[in-house]
Parts: sequence; structure tokens; C-alpha cells
Amino acid sequence: MNKYFTPLAVVAAAMFAYAPVAIIGAPYESTMLLVQKIFYFHFSTWMALTAAIVVCGAASAVYLFRGNPRADHYAVAGAELAVIFGAFGLVSGSIWGRKAWGVWWQWEPRLTMALLLELVFIGYLLVRRYGGPGSEKLAAAMGIFGAATAPFVYKSVDWWRTIHPQTTVMKTLGARSPGMWGVVWFCTVAFLLLFVLLLALRVRLEEQRVELDRLYLEAEG
Amino acid sequence: MTFARVAALVFRKDVAIELKSGEILYTTLFFAVSCVLIFAVAFVKEGQPLPGAGAGILWIAVLFAGNLALGRTFERERYSETLRALLLVPAPRSAIYVGKLVGILVLLFVTEIIVAPMVVLLFRVPLFARPLLLGTLLVLGSVGFAAVGTLFAAMLVRARTRDVMLPILLYPITIPVIIAGVLGTGSLLQSPADEPIALMWIALLVCFDVVFVTLALWMFEPLMTE
Amino acid sequence: MVQRVAGVLLALVAATSPIVAFQQPTAPEGFVQVNEVPASERLPAAPFLISAYAFFLVLMIGYIWSVARRLDKVQREMSDLQRSQRGSPS
Repeated sequence: MNKYFTPLAVVAAAMFAYAPVAIIGAPYESTMLLVQKIFYFHFSTWMALTAAIVVCGAASAVYLFRGNPRADHYAVAGAELAVIFGAFGLVSGSIWGRKAWGVWWQWEPRLTMALLLELVFIGYLLVRRYGGPGSEKLAAAMGIFGAATAPFVYKSVDWWRTIHPQTTVMKTLGARSPGMWGVVWFCTVAFLLLFVLLLALRVRLEEQRVELDRLYLEAEG
Repeated sequence: MTFARVAALVFRKDVAIELKSGEILYTTLFFAVSCVLIFAVAFVKEGQPLPGAGAGILWIAVLFAGNLALGRTFERERYSETLRALLLVPAPRSAIYVGKLVGILVLLFVTEIIVAPMVVLLFRVPLFARPLLLGTLLVLGSVGFAAVGTLFAAMLVRARTRDVMLPILLYPITIPVIIAGVLGTGSLLQSPADEPIALMWIALLVCFDVVFVTLALWMFEPLMTE
Repeated sequence: MVQRVAGVLLALVAATSPIVAFQQPTAPEGFVQVNEVPASERLPAAPFLISAYAFFLVLMIGYIWSVARRLDKVQREMSDLQRSQRGSPS
């Protein structure tokens, strides 16, 4: 393992240990009060999800057009992490929505699109598993399409005024409530660090697995 | 062999086969019609069709039928082993993609022409109040769906679990197209048809179509090479 | 080792589930009009908050454990293979 892995893992663990303290200390939001504090992790997980989708999409494109096998490792790692962080984003949003809006789910654009992104990357993993030989390329195509749809998810909430908070919330957050902004920034950094560490771990697993397959093939031949 | 010529030849080949045997055309149409009939039976409450169900059912019937047709079109290529022959043509491979895409689109349009009047009849929705806008929505939605569908069907042609994987992969990616189509159609079905909303959905569909077709054209070549 | 981790995870999930199942607003008797919902009738926020964060913890621990288990398996298979190759040079 890379020599930076362990110290960074310690840093990440420390950040996550401190996060609840920071979140409790953050100022309350006027209408949603306590339950709004889900926001810090909810927003951060979407940041990590975006990073995962970008990694998966870019790596898939590199793999498809250049045939670089290392890119494929990053693509599958990115897809798995996209599913994980996306799952948390959907569940945390649903829990928050139950308290704030009174319903577990709403068929409004952002939620629908977020769910579809999750389905796309679950489809990616399914193709890799059950697609048979050559499924890496098929999955790469899925990854590219998924990454291409993601910007529509982000902007969708600006185009339709619905109950989901708009993207302008984040842009004005720093000016309007500096106490919240610091905590958001802290949690986002913690999540991105966690994402990088998990990515490294998963890529290593993939490299080992491919190496093992190669050794098996050599042993047979 | 120019791009357009190859695409046209592929399309003409498919049309010729269909005109002769009619296998995919008739079975797809029949499937779409049965879909609508099943929905008509299922979505009825005290003898009245559910209000607002018409838009969704139109699109579902077309897309389910399209899914079947996609699988069968490429299955036919695989069965006759003509796919390899096609790939040996000294022309850009994306021309083959375009030829296949146009073939699927024509099939989808024929299905829509048959299914839309049925939906009007069975679900009593004023689908033809704004025929031009409806036509635009259907065309753009079909293009988006077929663009991704043709690509995925082509790349899955050699996979073992092809029939199951195609819908699993296709539907999540095309959900934005489906949403835009259904909501756009729904806005046209209101008492004074909500044209600005429909135009907004049409604009969104144009964006999606441009992105999807571009990506598909770009990706067809590397996906088809071993 | 794997069973111990599984046991810990199970305990964590079992501990958080009563919190999730907790929120049930009480039904009023008869029809009395209220203009403002009293604080006792509103859904308590704390269980939602805690369950959200608890889910995150479970998810992360679960994923890391899954990756570690797969890595373990692959490395074990690799050493087995290398050992068998060294044993019978063919």
C-alpha cells in the first residue's frame, strides 16, 4: 500500500470523530431546526458521489478508447463507491424529507434523477458480474452514459421550482450563515478524503484480482 | 462507400427483410396493442378509465415494444452471422449504427401511429388536441430511446444474458427521456393544453437527444471491436 | 475474525432499529379542530437525525469490511497458487 494511506486514514478517522461535535455546535436552521443537521452529511455525500461519478466516467472513457486496463480498475471502483455514497444520499434525504416534508419520497425531478443515477451504476455492477466475457466494455459504456446524465441531475432542481432546496442555498450559505459554512466545508473535506481512501483500497483489490486471474491463466498454460 | 450510403444500405436491407417476412413488425405491433389492452383492463375504476393514465400508457406501450424490437433486430443479425460481415465493411462503423437506428425509429413511429388512436379510444384522452406538439414529443422521445437502445442492443448481442440485461441497462439511462415524454404529453392533455410546459420538455428532449446520439456515435466503434 | 465482525455489525443494526421504529404520532380521539399542532404531536426530530447518521456508519463499516474480506480471499488464493507452483515446477 501507498505510504500515505495509513496517516491519511488516521486523519480521516479523526475528522469523522470530530464531525458530530462540529455538527452539534453548528447554528440551527430557522424552519427545520434539528433535523436540518442531516444536511452536513447529506450534502457531503453528494459531493463524494459526484467525485465517484467523475472518476467512473473518465476512467470508463479512457478504458473504452485507449484500452488501458488500469483505467478499468478505477472505473469499477468509482462505480461501486457511487452506489455506496448514492445509497446514503438517497436514504439520508428520504429520512430528512419524512420529517421536513412529511413524506418518505416525492416524485420530483432531483430525487427521481438521483435515483436513476443510482440505478445506472447498479446496472454497471450487474453488467460486470453477469454480462459474460467482454462485459468490461459494456460496463464502460454504462459508466459514460451515467456520467453524462449527472449534470442534468444537478441542474434539474433549478429548472423546476419544487420542494427540494435549490442550488442557490449553497452559493449564499457562506455569506448568510458563516457558522454553517465552516461545518459544511469540514464535512465535505472529510467525505472526499474518505472517498479517496476507499477508492485506493478498492483499486488495490481489483489489481490483485486481475493479477490472480493472470496467474491462474499462466498456471494452466 | 460514403457514410450516408452505408447507412442507407443497412436501412434498406432491414426494410426489405421486414417487407418480405414482417416478423418483427407484426409481432412488435401486436405486443404494443396487447400492452394497451392489458392496461385498459387493469387501470379501470368502476367502468371508467383512470384519469391522466393515457399519457403514461402510450409511452410505456411504445417503449416496451421498442425494447422487444431492439433485441430481435440484433438477434437476427447474430443468428445469420451477418454482424461480422457488416463489421468487415470498409466504412466507418458508425454508419452501420445510423442505418440500424433509422430502422428502429421507423418501427417505433409505426407503433406510435397504431397505439395513439387506441389510447385515445380506450382512455378517452384528447391526445390529438395539439397534434404537432404531440408528434414532436413522440419523435424526439423515440430518437432518444432508440439512440441508446440501438447501441446497447448492439453491444449486448454476444452476451449470454442479453434478453434480461437490455431492459436493466436501457431503462435507467432513458428515464429522463421517458419522464420528459410522459410529462410533456400529460401537459398537452390538460383542458387548455399547457403549451409552454410542453415546449420546455421538448427543449429538454432536444438536449438529451443531442447528447445521447453524439455519445452513441462516438462509442459504437470501440464497443464493436474485440 | 469474520464472524466477530459480523456479530458486531449485527449488534449495531439491532441497536439502531428500535430508534427507527420509534416515531408514531398518536391519533386524536373524536374530531376537535386545532389551529396549531402542539409540540407533542409533531414528529420528534432526534430519531430521524440519529438513524441517518447511524445508517452512514453501518454502510461505511459494511463496505470496508466487504472490501477487506475480498482482498483477504484474493491474497490467500494467490499465496496458495504460488505455493503449489513452487511445490510442483511444471
